[in-house]
Amino acid sequence: MGLMNRLFRRSPSKNQHRVTREAETPITEVRASPLDVGQASDIGNARETNEDAFFTLQALAGTSAQPVPLALLMVADGMGGHARGEEASSIAVRVASGVIVREVLLPMLASRPAEATSRPVHDILGEAISSANEAVSQIEADTGTTLTSALIVGHSAYLAHVGDSRAYYLDRGELHQITQDHSIVNRLVQLGQISADEAHSHPQRNYLYRAVGQGAELQSDTYLQRLAKGSYLILCTDGLWNEVTEQEIVDVVGTSVSSQEAANRLVDRANDRGGEDNITVLIAKISY
Amino acid sequence: MPPPTSGGIIESAQTAATVSSLLGVRWTMSASDERKGLLERLKAAREPDSDADSSAEEPLASAPDQALPGGEQPVSKPAPDSDGSAVAPEAEVHRRTEEDFLSPGERLQNRYEIRKFLSKGGMGAVYLARDIRFPSVEKLVAVKEMISTIRDSVTSRISLETFEREANILASLSHPAIPKVFDYFHQERRVYLVIEFIEGTDLESLLAEIDYPLPQEKVVDWAVQACDVLFYLHNHKPSPIVFRDMKPSNIMLRQDGHIVLIDFGIAKVFQAGKRGTMIGTEGYSPPEQYRGIAEPRGDLYALGATLHHLLTKRDPRKEPPFTFHDHPIRGFNPTVTPELEAVIGRTLTYEIEDRYASTEELKKDLLRVLRPTSGMLSTTFSQPLTLHDERNPLWSFSCEDEIRCTPAISENALYLGSYDKSLYCLEADTGTERWRYSTEGGVVSSPCVWNETVFFGSEDQILYAVFTRTGRIVWTCPTDGKIRSSPKQEYDHIFFGSDDHNVYAISAKSGQELWRFDAGAPVRSSPAISGEFIVFGSEDGSVHALDVQSGESRWKYQTGRALQSTPTIAGDMVYVGSRDSSLYALDLANGWPVWRHRTKGQVISSPMVVGKVVYFGSNDHNIYAVDADKGNLIWKYSTKGPVVSSPASSDGATYVGSADGNLYCLDAKTGEMLWRFGTGGPITGSAVVGNGIVYVGSTDHTMYAVSIEAGD
Repeated sequence: MGLMNRLFRRSPSKNQHRVTREAETPITEVRASPLDVGQASDIGNARETNEDAFFTLQALAGTSAQPVPLALLMVADGMGGHARGEEASSIAVRVASGVIVREVLLPMLASRPAEATSRPVHDILGEAISSANEAVSQIEADTGTTLTSALIVGHSAYLAHVGDSRAYYLDRGELHQITQDHSIVNRLVQLGQISADEAHSHPQRNYLYRAVGQGAELQSDTYLQRLAKGSYLILCTDGLWNEVTEQEIVDVVGTSVSSQEAANRLVDRANDRGGEDNITVLIAKISY
Repeated sequence: MPPPTSGGIIESAQTAATVSSLLGVRWTMSASDERKGLLERLKAAREPDSDADSSAEEPLASAPDQALPGGEQPVSKPAPDSDGSAVAPEAEVHRRTEEDFLSPGERLQNRYEIRKFLSKGGMGAVYLARDIRFPSVEKLVAVKEMISTIRDSVTSRISLETFEREANILASLSHPAIPKVFDYFHQERRVYLVIEFIEGTDLESLLAEIDYPLPQEKVVDWAVQACDVLFYLHNHKPSPIVFRDMKPSNIMLRQDGHIVLIDFGIAKVFQAGKRGTMIGTEGYSPPEQYRGIAEPRGDLYALGATLHHLLTKRDPRKEPPFTFHDHPIRGFNPTVTPELEAVIGRTLTYEIEDRYASTEELKKDLLRVLRPTSGMLSTTFSQPLTLHDERNPLWSFSCEDEIRCTPAISENALYLGSYDKSLYCLEADTGTERWRYSTEGGVVSSPCVWNETVFFGSEDQILYAVFTRTGRIVWTCPTDGKIRSSPKQEYDHIFFGSDDHNVYAISAKSGQELWRFDAGAPVRSSPAISGEFIVFGSEDGSVHALDVQSGESRWKYQTGRALQSTPTIAGDMVYVGSRDSSLYALDLANGWPVWRHRTKGQVISSPMVVGKVVYFGSNDHNIYAVDADKGNLIWKYSTKGPVVSSPASSDGATYVGSADGNLYCLDAKTGEMLWRFGTGGPITGSAVVGNGIVYVGSTDHTMYAVSIEAGD
């Protein structure tokens, strides 16, 4: 009873007690999507171009009484002169999402589930990032991008990450930062050499020690995040987290009626605070 | 691209070595440095206040107050020869050529005749030249050029200042390990620095040429020399000089074995208490340098980072900053002595106060490391099996056949099965037999104790429940196949597999069956239970996850070959080894593999998870420690036989048996062997630890109890 079988076939009891399962409202009767994805990206107030890029894709195969929601979310924050940053981030998300669609989604549609699930998901996500790395490396030596991606399958989110964009998990008012910034300043904070406040204004706060498009060897960080019912997965670029506090993120998301509204309001909030950088926010709400 | 510092002397010197392969390596590395260094500048370059047009070309212009790490300066270089791996941007080369390099034969001050272009460095070039005032000898010098008419005046000023600083500092120094400065002059709106031409190889190039880490004696010898020159700099009058950029590429090795520090572009006259700007090379620079603090002990950190790199070949610029302690030297290079590892570890502490107070102190310790091994090279290559590594057992207990199971310990009693068909109950303190229970088949299944009952399977196809006090039978559960899977107790039930393909769930109290699940192949792996899941492997290579209450399948994952390793559930993952040589981490929710760690031998050993680390053995003779979230190797330890035994853990130590007959006690953090205990046969069962004693059975028919503490 593999994962992909569950995606497209009727599965045996998901819950321990059949009684409770029947008592639960079947997903097919829920009017709103079980997985509500919102996205917003803005140039901000200070920049001339938006060098952020993003990708969202969500799917729900409705052939089963218990469809497994799927989603793919990605943000990238490019850097480099002469509009190369834009090119880097958009190429990175296109190439990386292409790999995941090819390696995961297409085999599922072609009813070759074994193909999709025989490879470790971190390998697939890692390949997505290394392919993006190769593509971006070909643009120009001084071009790079961050890349943070999340593949949601049911209650599991598989993440791969390079750079200082972030993924957060928000559950019952608690915001947890899943990813670690690949910035020198973040390392200094971890070591207790500087405080979080000092990091905020550190002259080298933007210096990354790892990014997509900077040479042959690139190691991405990978994570598995369990998603509880009612929780949110949030991906964003530093244009959000540099301007908006974690508490504000919690408040805005908690008081928005949809993921889209939350994403829009977070972008607005970042602009209100200055909008020094491009801002991109993706939010997925898990209602199942 | 106008970095203010000199990268030039490096190239000049190594060109002198005139080894083209060496050059090729060097240039390739520089190219990748350049890309990496650029990245950091790029982000700075896009700061809103920067001039959009010049930012990509002149990154420094955007952050004039923050001079950038010297070694990371993008030094574009034209490809020196046909080495295709050099990736200097062509456009860059072209533009620079337009700015007119000096050609061979040209003379400066009617004294320095250019021989050849060596490299582009800083805002100009470095040349090899001959001093023609010495007509009858060929006196070669390195000429560093600085073109002062760059469009951007701020960049230009910073570069000029840096250039002058190097000249001034060098001019005030006199030490055999520091290049002599001969001349400094302006000519045609350019500035020139004429310095000693160092013949030799820089240590970064040297390291790139070899495919093994450098030997300890050599590295310590260089380190001692480096201490001497740092001592000279740090005790310079009137003010100490902080070198600030110690790294392998800034250390030249002459043919006579002496080292020379090169590139004083960012050296700084130290004024106590005064903060400056961050400068240095990422990867080697101490943390405080990022707070603008440059003081002599920072050079000791960078020297430590350099030694770490030389001994491990692990390039710190390619790793997250300040992670030396996560990568102990001996994990990469076991020939390094623990003493040297400790000395380098102290130089690399984050807090300045925790480091050596001075170069003399460091040198003293380095010499101490060198002394015991000098003259007897062989000691460096033998494993440091010191006096404490062999131990005597507290007691041993002999059965009539092999012990292949893992013993269970409960209330000062030790339970173990043997191929002699018996289950034994021993006094854990003394090894005295309390009772034994005989079956009709070998007992390889590891016992499980719960509620005054011990449960175990036998190859006679029966699962037994026996009273722990008396050794009398409580109930039995017959199956249709040999039982090699070890029973697990959870929720008042016993779960186990059989060669009859079934996994059984039976009441621990009555032996009554709750459910059974047909796995389609013999089940010799033991089940792991967590929350609502029960997970086990079968001989057809499948990992099954069932609902623990109903026995219905939740998911199944197919590995390449038979599965005998017992899965471990930790957090959201299931860890399990397969005979297809991999350790898998599967998502507990759906069975999708999250990562896979490949070894070179079958993985029969059951993984153990402590914190965020998975420990397991492989038939490739190694014991592995792997990051539980990502599957990255943390360390591995080589034994002399297959490792099918599963690790046990206690107090920061990992205990693993090997088919080489030894039980190894390893430091769980570093994989360093703390001690070992030899038995008379391969160890296939796992150890258990209790009350300061580690218990392990061996195929030499004997159960051993060994004290964890030394000296017993």
